[in-house]
Amino acid sequence: MADDVILLDFWSSPFAMRVRIALAEKGIDYESREEDLSNKSALLLKMNPVHKQIPVLIHKGRPVCESLIIVQYIDEVWRDKSPLLPSHPYDRADTRFWADFVDKKIYPTGKLVWGATGEVQEAAKKGLIGCFKLLEGELGDKLYFGGESFGFMDVSLIPFYSWFYALETCGKLSIITECPKLVAWAKRCMERESVSKSLPDQYKMYCFLMELKKKYEGK
Amino acid sequence: MAEIHVMISSCERNVGIATAIRRKPVLANFTSKLQQTMADEDEVKLFGMWASPYSRRVELALKLKGIPFQYVEEDLSSKSCLLLKYNPVHQKIPVLVHNGKPIAESLVIMEYIDETWTNNPILPQDPYDRAMARFWAKFIDEKLLMTARKVSFASGKEKEQVIDEITEQLKLLESELQGKEYFSGPSIGYLDIVASVLVFWFGNVQEALGVDMFTQEKFPIIFGWIGKVFEIDAVKECRIPKEKHLEYIRTRLEALKSASK
Repeated sequence: MADDVILLDFWSSPFAMRVRIALAEKGIDYESREEDLSNKSALLLKMNPVHKQIPVLIHKGRPVCESLIIVQYIDEVWRDKSPLLPSHPYDRADTRFWADFVDKKIYPTGKLVWGATGEVQEAAKKGLIGCFKLLEGELGDKLYFGGESFGFMDVSLIPFYSWFYALETCGKLSIITECPKLVAWAKRCMERESVSKSLPDQYKMYCFLMELKKKYEGK
Repeated sequence: MAEIHVMISSCERNVGIATAIRRKPVLANFTSKLQQTMADEDEVKLFGMWASPYSRRVELALKLKGIPFQYVEEDLSSKSCLLLKYNPVHQKIPVLVHNGKPIAESLVIMEYIDETWTNNPILPQDPYDRAMARFWAKFIDEKLLMTARKVSFASGKEKEQVIDEITEQLKLLESELQGKEYFSGPSIGYLDIVASVLVFWFGNVQEALGVDMFTQEKFPIIFGWIGKVFEIDAVKECRIPKEKHLEYIRTRLEALKSASK
């Protein structure tokens, strides 16, 4: 029942997108509650008192926080449909490693490409393209990072495709020129309804990120 | 002549394919003996560094599971070719190499260990409990340890603020121990292993820096847990030599201070 699963959400969060994609892949009914991050709800503060952040999955009244932890939880609870993690321990370790790489490298570096200027931005641009090329190497000739099937690593990375217009515009770079295989992979993922319905329009994201940037520059 | 592909049954996708050319009928015996030998030879190596809490936690997980392994001490100022080959992305320890296949990142390694050697499970079975264990492990690594690092560089009012932050984070962690023998419940498990940094590292850092941030008075429940954890043989075996550690922390601090001038 949808009552059993609630997602505390925010449209532009790549981390929330991961959870939306995972829920859709599994065909799970849920209620999405959009948070106002400038005025967080009592429910959010109660369900995630440690970090006070979205996404939070509330399943039968119990909260699960942190997007990759939520996606693994979803995969383990609804294990009979569309498995997101592979079954072999080594492949599972490999996919977890690369999902962790997205969090440690893509997210912070990407933020500096659209958010910073000058030397900091230049260094971030080089770093980000380097990371994308590494990921391309990992993808190889596979359809998805998971091989034939869309999986955990694909879920972890694809939300950052919604940043591409902002990255290219702010960073004055062409990701398709630098990393054509990665862009082809992203477009392949976008053909999945779970992904296309979970990612916002890239221009809308760009406008939002620029507002955010102005806010931080004003501080 | 015909080629025979020998599939190594226990790790077929990982070990790869050995190709043998049939010359005589005895090859059938040879291949089955090879398969048996490879299944028996589970080679486990851990590339680590004695003072690293991330490295020590993997050692502890291996010892708690009774997994024999070869430990390779890395000199982080001059990383070995093997380390750079096995972890080209981050070039860091710890790296576990199992039958020639590397796994990096301590939390990823620990889940791999638990899924590969299923005796003495360290993660809970229930998905919600697993999610909670992973959540607090991430909290320790991304909040607590990051904040603790700042103590070395801060001074004056800023230092006080950092210590207040650590106190708040340790209190949150301590609340997870309420009513339990260990973080993982009645016996030691994944979260206790990750939290072993409190056992081995925090006290020594505090002493080397001359700060008062981690005491029995402030955190009686955590200290009670440390006492219990230290009764376990595997934990005793992973103990960091105190004087050597204090010397190491002081030397690193001096180097960092000189570098920042």
